[in-house]
Amino acid sequence: MDAAVVGTPIISARDLRVRYGEREILHGLRFDILHGETVVILGGSGSGKSTLLRTMVGLEKSHSGELRVKGVDMGKASERTKAELRLKMGLSFQGGALLGSLSVGENIALPLLEHSGLAPSTVEVMVRIKLEQVGLSGFEDFSPSALSGGMKKRAAFARALAMDPEILFFDEPSAGLDPIMAAGIDNLILNLKKAYTVTMVIVTHELASAFLVADRIMVVDKGDIIADGPPDLLRQSDHPRVRQFLDRVPDSESGDDEVDHLRMYTEGVR
Amino acid sequence: MAVAATSRLNLLARLGGAAEECLAYLGGLAQLSSRALWLVFVSPLKRRRSFDRAAGQAMSVGVGAIPIVSLITFFIGLIMALQGAYELRRLGAMQLVPALVAVAVTRELGPLITAIVVIGRSGSAFAAEIGTMRVTEELDALEAMALDPMAFLVAPKFVAMAVMVPCLAVWSDLMGVLGGCAFGVTAGGFTTLGYFTSTRNALTASDVVTGIVKSFVFGLIITAVGCQEGFSTGAGAQEVGRSTTSAVVRSILMVILVDVVFTIFFYITGGLS
Ligand SMILES: Nc1ncnc2c1ncn2[C@@H]1O[C@H](COP(=O)(O)OP(=O)(O)O)[C@@H](O)[C@H]1O
Ligand SMILES: [Mg+2]
Repeated sequence: MDAAVVGTPIISARDLRVRYGEREILHGLRFDILHGETVVILGGSGSGKSTLLRTMVGLEKSHSGELRVKGVDMGKASERTKAELRLKMGLSFQGGALLGSLSVGENIALPLLEHSGLAPSTVEVMVRIKLEQVGLSGFEDFSPSALSGGMKKRAAFARALAMDPEILFFDEPSAGLDPIMAAGIDNLILNLKKAYTVTMVIVTHELASAFLVADRIMVVDKGDIIADGPPDLLRQSDHPRVRQFLDRVPDSESGDDEVDHLRMYTEGVR
Repeated sequence: MAVAATSRLNLLARLGGAAEECLAYLGGLAQLSSRALWLVFVSPLKRRRSFDRAAGQAMSVGVGAIPIVSLITFFIGLIMALQGAYELRRLGAMQLVPALVAVAVTRELGPLITAIVVIGRSGSAFAAEIGTMRVTEELDALEAMALDPMAFLVAPKFVAMAVMVPCLAVWSDLMGVLGGCAFGVTAGGFTTLGYFTSTRNALTASDVVTGIVKSFVFGLIITAVGCQEGFSTGAGAQEVGRSTTSAVVRSILMVILVDVVFTIFFYITGGLS
């Protein structure tokens, strides 16, 4: 279970449970994410990956258990403590979540102008640098609605990077993108890994991209972590659900519900 | 007999439930408003940037509303004059038309019509803006950037509305009187100067101040309801439509209710004098 990267945990969860209303989504997770590590959270859609990410940023409250981020107990922290913590975190949402009322450049400038106290001219330069980093130079004045899905994600990346955070969270960075664009995003993540000493938590269901960028992969299935280890170890896993996910086996083959139903139906007619 | 009693009990229980919901909603509004107003005065965000945002809002809720408010209140003034003259002519009291228009417009119709227009233009826009941001996770994005949506979105709206709605109401008073004057001069046998002199003589400062005080409160109510409906938007685009509608309906209802309370209060106390 232990990670290959040495260091101390920057995020640690113990028996973390999260609910929406009465429905429990995450069933008692236990994991550590170490300083400087790139962890990929892999899992099918609806398995609770986004919920886990949102909980780590403090957008969802845990129902029970403990979640510590940089030593702060997220369940008990005040809004102010969480806000301070968030200055050191960058989150890129599944859908980008760029503010529609601002231009792309203003979106990226926003956290800098609000929090850093830098002069607007300095911020302008920084925005240009960040946009260049994600391959979007020259799009400062575009409205987010004028960008394609992939460009939105890149812009959201740039905004997450704006404050040079210690922890970066990416929700499905390459989902719904064409292969070339997806490879571009993977490259971007690899470059970030080299250039910064950041901790990255990347949620995805893209196997190729997961194995390419991860130091460690956690597989989440229906709100449980069913595997946690370096990519090489994971490839050899013999957990049935992990194997099913890695070998892209559809559910119905193991469940047999549909087949049974069909058989019953055809036999009944005969 | 027993059936009637149970159904009466049921009705009571339902009424109780509705009343409780109402109180909870009002409590929510009060909480939102007080937090936003607190943030206005003790804002952790940079003053300069909050001021810019409030000014931007003021442009759209205030300056942007001038043409439509002018048009509507001008015609309301004209209608008041026509309707008044219809009755007053028979009594041979045409000289009272300016006073009738002036008092009705400054004390009641100016602020009320302004509020209704502002609800349609801005209250609905607040709900739609914040509701859309909820649906597209932009509110979460703000929080993830350590920006409080209350300080970033709501506080500037309160400032803009608290300033601009009273201004619009005063402007609409003027336009209403102009509308009355248009009738008075063309068909009522008044000179322009004569009409305005009668108007001035009919008005007291308290008439205008009453309107300003009311529209200030209307501005706060419209903002609170619009933002509250926006924040309570559920998932999905159709929910934005629902919150926008209910922002408009609830704002109109609350503005009218508050207007009733104000009017009764001013009637009993004899106005602000
Ligand atoms: N805001 C919400 N309210 C209620 N249920 C939710 C909400 N968001 C997600 N869920 C439910 O939680 C489960 C996990 O969702 P999510 O974390 O988005 O999954 P993933 O990101 O892995 O696709 C899903 O079954 C979804 O229906
Ligand atoms: Mg998701």
